[in-house]
Formats: sequence, structure tokens, C-alpha cells
Amino acid sequence: MNETPILEAINISKRFGSVQALDTVSLKLRPGSFHALLGENGAGKSTLVKCIMGYYQPDSGSLLVQNREQVIKSPEQATRMGIGMVYQHFTLIPNMTVAENFVLSRPRLPLAINWKKEIAELEQRLATMPFQVDLRKNVNHLSAGEKQKVEIVKQLLLDTRILFLDEPTSVLTPNEADEVLGEIHAMTRRQELSVLIITHKFREVMQFADEATILRKGRYVGACQVSDTNPQQLAEQMVGAAVTVAVAERNEQTSPQVTLAINNLQVLDDMGLPAMKGGSLQVRAGEIVGIAGVSGNGQKECVEALAGQRNIDAGEVHINGRPFAPTRTDMHRNGFFCLPEEPLRNAGVPNLSIADNLALRAFDRPPFARLGFLLNRRRMKAHAREKINEYKVRTSGPEQKLGELSGGNVQRVILARELDQAVNVLVVSNPCFGLDFKAVAEIRGRIVQARNQGAAVLLFSEDLDEILELADRILVISAGRFVYETTPQQADLQTIGQHMAGH
Amino acid sequence: METEFGVWSVVIAVLGGAIRVGTPFIFVSLGECLTEKSGRINLGLEGNLVMGAMVAYATSYYSGSAWLGVLAAGASGLVLGLIHALLCQSPKVNDIAVGIALMLFGTGLAFFLGKPFIQPQAPRLPSLELGAWSDSPVIAAALNINALFFVGVAAVFLVHWLLQHARFGLRLRVVGESANAALALGIQVNRVRLMATMAGGFLASVGGSYLSLYYPGSWSEGLSSGQGLMAVVLVIFARWNPVHCLYASLLFGGAAALGPALQSVGVTSGYYLFNAAPYVLTLAIMIYTSSARRKLAGMPAEFTQ
Repeated sequence: MNETPILEAINISKRFGSVQALDTVSLKLRPGSFHALLGENGAGKSTLVKCIMGYYQPDSGSLLVQNREQVIKSPEQATRMGIGMVYQHFTLIPNMTVAENFVLSRPRLPLAINWKKEIAELEQRLATMPFQVDLRKNVNHLSAGEKQKVEIVKQLLLDTRILFLDEPTSVLTPNEADEVLGEIHAMTRRQELSVLIITHKFREVMQFADEATILRKGRYVGACQVSDTNPQQLAEQMVGAAVTVAVAERNEQTSPQVTLAINNLQVLDDMGLPAMKGGSLQVRAGEIVGIAGVSGNGQKECVEALAGQRNIDAGEVHINGRPFAPTRTDMHRNGFFCLPEEPLRNAGVPNLSIADNLALRAFDRPPFARLGFLLNRRRMKAHAREKINEYKVRTSGPEQKLGELSGGNVQRVILARELDQAVNVLVVSNPCFGLDFKAVAEIRGRIVQARNQGAAVLLFSEDLDEILELADRILVISAGRFVYETTPQQADLQTIGQHMAGH
Repeated sequence: METEFGVWSVVIAVLGGAIRVGTPFIFVSLGECLTEKSGRINLGLEGNLVMGAMVAYATSYYSGSAWLGVLAAGASGLVLGLIHALLCQSPKVNDIAVGIALMLFGTGLAFFLGKPFIQPQAPRLPSLELGAWSDSPVIAAALNINALFFVGVAAVFLVHWLLQHARFGLRLRVVGESANAALALGIQVNRVRLMATMAGGFLASVGGSYLSLYYPGSWSEGLSSGQGLMAVVLVIFARWNPVHCLYASLLFGGAAALGPALQSVGVTSGYYLFNAAPYVLTLAIMIYTSSARRKLAGMPAEFTQ
């Protein structure tokens, strides 16, 4: 086998503002190989690929394509060099046919298009490809799997020799994923294609990839032959050894009382397929239960169902022994609060002021409402000023729009609102994603404080360190089920990684 | 015998009316369709229509050529379309608000400039006497078809071909479906929309020239009865398909001819009710073909942005 890499990135660094997204990362892609790029969210995988594709210019480092040093300034230039990318989300033009999408992606178009000729030519080229797509079909009428095939064929039609796949199967069913990846894998065996795939799914890595490169927090951790490793080792490398951070002070947990009980919860995802396949758990007062797992195993759907953003397909939720339905009335009566991931999108109104956002849980009750319908804006503003001080929100004042704040400050505002009243149940999802160390420590401290005051906290996180630090008890979620339980004291990283990978 | 002929004469009159009343709708709805396909709505086409009618009449009066009037109307439409497109290019400008403003501007300006032309007679557009072979006056009247109708039909198929087969048409549709995808493909979104809006304005004003130069056939301030606004509905009704715009315009025209046709055979009761037929018909078909569960098929995705 030819050992000269078809593509080599050497010591690539890229900084966005104060965040070092990539720190001297290197990667070697052998011709005809199926190479997996692994890492947790924010590890820099997409940044690395976008630096190679010419979307970003790296601050330092160099790029060799077929052993020749190249500077790629734009995605178009990458296309001309035979490097193409398929994104997590579809980039096809909706409401146009597959053939129209193919023709439009060409760099040069004739003034008038002879569709008979174009389609005949496309059909001829498609005949040499493993993927069969219907050229005359409207993109809107394609299934997710078919769309992904069209995206790949679009790249192949542009004579792509090096294909980047950014979580290409995240919207596909397992069968569709196997079919698509299987065909691409076969093309690499025939030396027609070299593939670099970003994925979170170990199953796909083990089944299809030859080699893997692992990144963690913007740094190169290692590269290996997939045949020499296993999911546990890969997970460990991705997550890294538990980093020692000053753990928030916690009091002894004494209450035996179960506050939140979830029985056999079943929730469907956006495509109508089961995402939570019957999860059961109990959270006691003054306890943090951490849910560890790789993204996309039902966590998002579970949080949305508890927060009232998604229908509960089957199963029950009880709070303090009484059935709980995620309505405004029930949430208020039960002291249920939630800090979902992406709070600006899921829990805030970007165009309303901080004062208004802070009042959203209680604006219809005294002291914010008089006679049940008149809003006391002065009171809302005074309350906002208090919270801004208490939570150290960096803002020009209570009248500033929430959408104008930075991620960490949005997180603080939403947390201030959710922890304002007596908290009985708190559901938290990836609370520190994308935040700097200071904000992380502060927000984790607040969560532990809520626990110390007797709240039952359910913490979903893709960051295993966070769960090890905060949780009293750890559950591992995999494919919509809670598959393993442990405590931080007894936690064994290998075993957790094994269960996260679904083995 | 006589009633049978009466029924037939109504049918023939309705078919003839479909063409006679429907022709301006063909132009305006086609113009609106073209503009909306690029992802922008132009509610100002009513202004284009009235302005076009006035300019066409005035030009025809001064030059003695009705066809020159049609071209002048088109030119006025280009200018109004250009104003709309330029205003909408600025960030945070709402195309609906600009459209309403231009509708009022166009009609107001036309009334102001058109005052001297209310009385005089201008040369009218020629029509083709395709029914000359028939002795029946009903058939002869129905087949007396204006030349502009054929221009309109040709324009429909030209636009249809353009959208399917021409580079410009393909790019116009990309811009209407996804401005982001268009930018990624290196298409200049604003320029495409400018050209689409100007072409749409041209067509709408040509439709206006038909009103003043053929049917009803003279310039007055009450000339338009909201054809420019109805065209917006017809485009939705036609699901943004130019050929369907033609059918929708003819259907609408035929329904509008129902009242006068019935009156001509002596059915006078409910005359005003029959005049409402096109609106009722459009509404009924809209309700029948719409669904609460899915969005309208064919709607350009950028249209709702």
C-alpha cells in the first residue's frame, strides 16, 4: 500500500478571539483510507476540516496535498483540487430537482441548458457510481437517506478524490447509515476515494474506519489503527483523564425522599422514530443524578419532553409522588425548573429585554402582576437589577436585549431566572458547553448550591468530567435507554466508556 | 330551441370573456409570479397597472400608435420595478411595506398626470377577427381577440422556458429557494432580484395598457378594479407556476364575464351577485386545495423569510 499521504495537515493552529480552537494539530490521510476524526464537541474537529477546506485560514501550520505544499484560500479552490465536503445538514436547494441541483453545483453554466443532453450525461456518469439517485425527483420529496446520497453524488460528480464527511449519519436511520457508509467504504477499497469522517458513533468507526485521529480540546491526542483499538480506548482518549478542578462544596445528602421519578419514558425524535425507548430513573431531594452519554442517544428528546417542548409518547413523570405534566401550572405548583442546552434558543426570547426574560416564569403572578393582569414593569426592572448584580451578568442594563449578550451571560440570566424561586426539581443539559473556565466554575457552583438546598437535579452532559465532578449518582444513556449506573467514587472510566459505546 | 341557444350563447360569451377580461390578469400575474419566484413580493403591481394604463393611453394619444403606448407602459413598469427593487435592497427594508407604498404612489401619480387624458380618444389596440367566418354575432364577438392576448400567452411560455432552461431562470429560482445556497454558488442575490422585479414590473404595466387601449378601452380613474392585487392571489392559486397563471387568469376572466353574459340573454336578477363570482370562485378553490398540515407546494422558500 502506498504510504505517502494524499493529504497531510501539519501543526495547524487556529484561534477565535480568546478561544484556541486548534493548537498544533496534525493529521495524515493515506490514499484509499477511511479515516475517522474523533473528539468531543468543541474538540476542534470541524474547525480542522474547515481550515483544510479553505473556509478558514489557519493561523499557522501547513498543508500538503499529494506531497505538495498548498494554501487553500476558498472552498471553490478545494473543489478544483478534488477535495469535497458533505455537511451534517443538507445544503441542497429545496424545491428543485436532483438534476438541477447537480447542474447548478458546476462551476460553469451555459446560457441555456439542454436538459435532455444534461440528463443523458448525468445518467451516464451515475451508471459508473454505486449510488442510484432519481435525477427527476424533487429534493423536497427525498428521504434523509436519499438526500445524503445526493450530497455525496454531487461531490463525486465534481471529481472529488478526497471526501470529508461531517457527521453524515446524524440524521439517518442506522440502516441508511450502513448503506451509505458501506458504499463509500467500498469506493475507498477500490482506491477511488480517500475519506475523512467526523462521527460520534463508535459503531461506525469500528465497522468502517481503518485509522482514527483523536482530538481533545483543540489538541492532537493521538492517531491509531482502528484494528488495534477498541471503543473503550477511543472513548477514554476523547474524554481524557478526569481533570482536577476545585470541586464545589457540597453538604451531606440525608433525604431518602424521591422527588422526581420517571417511569418507562418513551419519546419520539423529529423523524418520528423512538429516541427515548423507555427510560426509568429516580432523583432524590438534594441529589444530582448525572446522565452520561454520547450526543444523539436520546438526551435532547428527553430534556425537551420534560420541559414541555416535545410530546411524551408513553410513560409517566411523577414529582413528589404526584403525576406531572409539563404545563405552566404543573411546573409552578411543583417547583420544576429547567436549564436546557442552547438556552438562547430553548429558554429565552432573544428580542425581549433581560428584565422581561427574567420575569418569564413569574410575570403573571404577584409581585410582577397586579390584579392578575396588569404588569408591574418597575418591579420587573428592579428585580432584574438585583439578579444582574447577584449573577454578575455583564450587560448595559436590564433593558438590553437578551440576544445581544454573550453565551455565558445568557446562561447566567436563564439560570438566575430558573433558580429564583424555591427549586424542587432542576433539569440541566450541557450547562457549560462552549463557556470559559470562570463561567463554568460559577455555573457548576450554582447547580451544586441548588442541590445543597434540597433540589433534585437531573444533569444531562456530554462532558464526562462535568458529570464526575457534579453528580452524586451517574447513569449512562445509550440508544434511548439508561444502561448502567455507578457513583463518581466507584466510577471506572473504561467501564463507563464501554457502556456509552453501547457494548 | 331558443333556450338551448341561450345556454350556448352564455357559454360562448363566458369563453370569450375569459380571454377579454383575463388578458390583463395574465400579464400582472405573470409579472408577480416572476418577482415572487426570486423570493420577493411586489404588492405595488396595482400601481404599475394603473400607471401603465395611463402612460399607454397618453403615448398612444400623442404618437397615434397604440403599440408605442404598450412599450411606453412597459418602460414605466421597469422604472417602478427598479424603485421597488432598489428600496428593498437596503437592509431591514420590508418588501410588503415598499409594495404598498409604491401601489399608492403609482396610482396617485397616474391620476395626477392622467387628468388631461380622461376626455380625448386615443388609438386602440387592434384585434383579430377570428370569428369572421361565422354568421352568429355571439361567436363573432367571442372570437374577436386582441393581439395582446397572444403576446401574453407567448410571454407565459417564454417565462416558463426561462425558469426551466435558462441559466438566468435557474439562478432566479435558486435565489428564491435559498439565498444562502445562492451566495454559496456565487450568485449575486440582489442583482437577480432586481432584474426579476423589473421584468415583473414591465409585464404588469403592459397588462395595464390593455385596460386603457382595448377593454374597457379608455383612460379613467376607475379603470382598475384591483386587478393588481388579485394577481397576487392568482399567483398563490397558480402555485407559482407561470402556465398555471395563464389558466388561473382565464378562469378568473371567465367568471368575471358570467354576469354580463347572463344579462345579455335576459337574466338580470342577481347581476351583482354574479359579478362577485370570480372572487367567490377563487376563494372556494383556494380553500379546497389548501391544507392546514402542510405548507403550499411550490412556494419559494425565501418567500416567507
